[in-house]
Amino acid sequence: MSAPLLEVENLSVRFATPKGDIDAVRSISFQLGRERLGIVGESGSGKSVTAKAILGLVRAPGKVHADTLRFDGIDLLHQNERALRDIRGQRISMVMQDPKFSLNPVMKVGKQISEAIQAHGRIPSKVAIQKSIDMLNAVRIRDPEHVYHSYPHEVSGGMGQRIMLATMLATNPDLLIADEPTSALDVTVQTQVLAILDDLVSERGMGLIFVSHDLNLVASFCDRVLVMYAGRIVESCSASELRQAKHPYTIGLLDSLPRIDQQRTTLPTLQRDPAWLT
Amino acid sequence: MNNAVTTSWKQWLLTDEPDSRFQARSGRLYIAWRSFSRNHLAVFGLIIVVALILVALFAPWLSSHSPVGQNLQIRLSPPDATHWFGTDELGRDVYSRIAYGARTTLYIVGLVVIIVGPVGLLVGAIAGYFGGWVDAILMRITDVFLAFPRLILALAFVAALGPGIGNAIIAIAITAWPPYARVARAETITLRNSEFVDAARLQGASPLRIVARQIMPLCLSSVLVRLTLDMAGIILTAAGLGFLGLGAQPPLPEWGAMISTGRQYILDQWWVATFPGLAIFIVSLGFNLLGDGLRDVLDPKQS
Amino acid sequence: MIRIDNLNVVFGRGDRSVHAVRNTNLEVEAGESFGLVGESGSGKTTVLRVIAGLIESWNGSVQVNDQDIRKQRGFESFRHTQMVFQDPYGALHPRHTVDTIVSEPARIHKLTYVEQRVTDVLLNVGLGSRFRYRYPHQLSGGQRQRVAIARALILQPRLLLLDEPTSALDVSVQAEVLNLLSKLREEHGLTYLLVSHDLAVVAHLCDRLAVMQHGRIVETMTAQQLRTNQPSHEYTRTLMKASEGYDRAHAASLFNMG
Repeated sequence: MSAPLLEVENLSVRFATPKGDIDAVRSISFQLGRERLGIVGESGSGKSVTAKAILGLVRAPGKVHADTLRFDGIDLLHQNERALRDIRGQRISMVMQDPKFSLNPVMKVGKQISEAIQAHGRIPSKVAIQKSIDMLNAVRIRDPEHVYHSYPHEVSGGMGQRIMLATMLATNPDLLIADEPTSALDVTVQTQVLAILDDLVSERGMGLIFVSHDLNLVASFCDRVLVMYAGRIVESCSASELRQAKHPYTIGLLDSLPRIDQQRTTLPTLQRDPAWLT
Repeated sequence: MNNAVTTSWKQWLLTDEPDSRFQARSGRLYIAWRSFSRNHLAVFGLIIVVALILVALFAPWLSSHSPVGQNLQIRLSPPDATHWFGTDELGRDVYSRIAYGARTTLYIVGLVVIIVGPVGLLVGAIAGYFGGWVDAILMRITDVFLAFPRLILALAFVAALGPGIGNAIIAIAITAWPPYARVARAETITLRNSEFVDAARLQGASPLRIVARQIMPLCLSSVLVRLTLDMAGIILTAAGLGFLGLGAQPPLPEWGAMISTGRQYILDQWWVATFPGLAIFIVSLGFNLLGDGLRDVLDPKQS
Repeated sequence: MIRIDNLNVVFGRGDRSVHAVRNTNLEVEAGESFGLVGESGSGKTTVLRVIAGLIESWNGSVQVNDQDIRKQRGFESFRHTQMVFQDPYGALHPRHTVDTIVSEPARIHKLTYVEQRVTDVLLNVGLGSRFRYRYPHQLSGGQRQRVAIARALILQPRLLLLDEPTSALDVSVQAEVLNLLSKLREEHGLTYLLVSHDLAVVAHLCDRLAVMQHGRIVETMTAQQLRTNQPSHEYTRTLMKASEGYDRAHAASLFNMG
């Protein structure tokens, strides 16, 4: 059993607002090997903030504290911005929800991939362009040369997300953090993008953190699942065991989902226990 | 005891469960005020504007002398204990003229704003919401007025109608309203496809009702901010007209006119032109700072 | 209650034109809850907006309550048909209190006892008086959606058009709003036309449903048939599979389809 890829111990993120301090993440700990970890939660659970905190992307007025935040032995807490920038994009990459907001609208998509490649090391343009086209192929885009010269608004949502994947994986990172990568996509496109992600992660032996609000999706795609509520991890189990979840929040959440195969006049609603907030 | 009263007021304003529309509105105003008052420069600007209003209101009590009383024996005397800002070429107390001049300035600015704001807002919102030929016609009209350089039009107007403060106000207002129509139209175009507008259409609201109740309240902030920032320009234009003798007529004290007459004495009797100039500068600055502060608070992107 | 024959909706002109709805026929009985399922670009929302009267340029015949909607669209029709929108954040005017938002329809139609109606309808959707003078930004997503429902109900409509009413809500809140919608339908004998991309939501709330793809209805069925896995059209089966989560084999088959 090799050393874990990511070690997080007692991570907390606090935001100072005029109305008082908000603890977005409260002392969470977990480890990640070269596996797929899903972090599930509703809005306000702290799941996205956790992802950003790992990459050092939490800005003031947010403050990040942790006993340990280690990636492949590197202490992420005490790196300067330059070192973090080297790690970001090259060893840890992040894919976010809407490609509309992550892709530069005035730059051709191919150029954006090439730029990502060239940002981490002296790589001649011709090589970068070829690598970009290879990546577009890897994400199963037909006619990659044509797409290379397209602008973001000329491609569909699903293709945009695949281009994001190509950009983020072009540097062959060890860890990919995906924050709601398919939430803005249609369900059939979602399946395709997930299949590509599935293949790429397996082929390259990457670690994956998949952040989502969709319990079913995460349970079917990932190896392990963490459920977050109000900044804490309330459940941690393997994906196959999700149905036997123990925490009342998880059970309540699973029960309240409407299912095609079940007919119920009233859906059980989640009874929030204030005890969960402690 | 004092603390208890203040806290209960605060609680009333900040409660999450207001009991009436008045309470809800007051609460929002209070929060906006708190946000505004964090910007010290903006508060400084507000103080200046308030000071302008107060000076204008209480001019008779604040002045030491009559603004129009001439005394040729003491003409062009430097600032001293009796005449804090000295006297002008006709022996009138400069300080009192500045105080009364605040009234003139406020009168001009106030009337222009009252005309320009609502007209621009209405024209822009209607043009933006209805689109089509209504939009085209209204915008072409706006373009026509926008094409005129402010001072030249004012000159032409005044040449046609004769000099005077009323005509100066009309001249300024006519050239000042088009930008507000543009601003309101741009906002309306983004707003008209909102779901709450769709909902209003589905309730059977007439287009005019939608423009008035749904759209115009949301354009108000941009127009208000722009108005405040434009004030400085309006004051300067009025001063410019006054300087050319086209605005307020003597003996009515008007800061621009005062600079004009004081110009010839500027080297030896600097106070005649400098104090009105300072007054214009300070008031313009005040409005600018206030406008900046308002924009930070009212910016729709933040709400 | 609703009868649509040969509806065609085209947006734009010439090269840029989009044939959003093609030759669509639809019938919804009074008192029924009918679902329109599809992905983006399927035309489902367009159909809803045509019925609501928000879209003017379309061809075909659309009848609501046995009246051609083009011919009547009178004031009265707004009391018959109302709509709940998808985005609880965009559907409420940011500067109006809940009280203003909900009472506006009543005022437009010059109803009497507006105060009492507002109180009643807010209670009906599960919001107490303490929410009455709040602004939308002081409400949670679920609460905003309840306000939107209250606003739709104050005119006591017979037909409620629902455009993805729970898509923007958290899972736990979705159940509450779905339960509310079920309860209201039973209480007031409403007819629902629900548009959603989520098959599970439609299966839960609707009696019958139609699946749309690229502007056409590809299959119509009862909820019971959906539950017992009877749908036959390929696209419907794809949607059903996708709603169960990620399945590697299924994904591979999608790729082979191109």
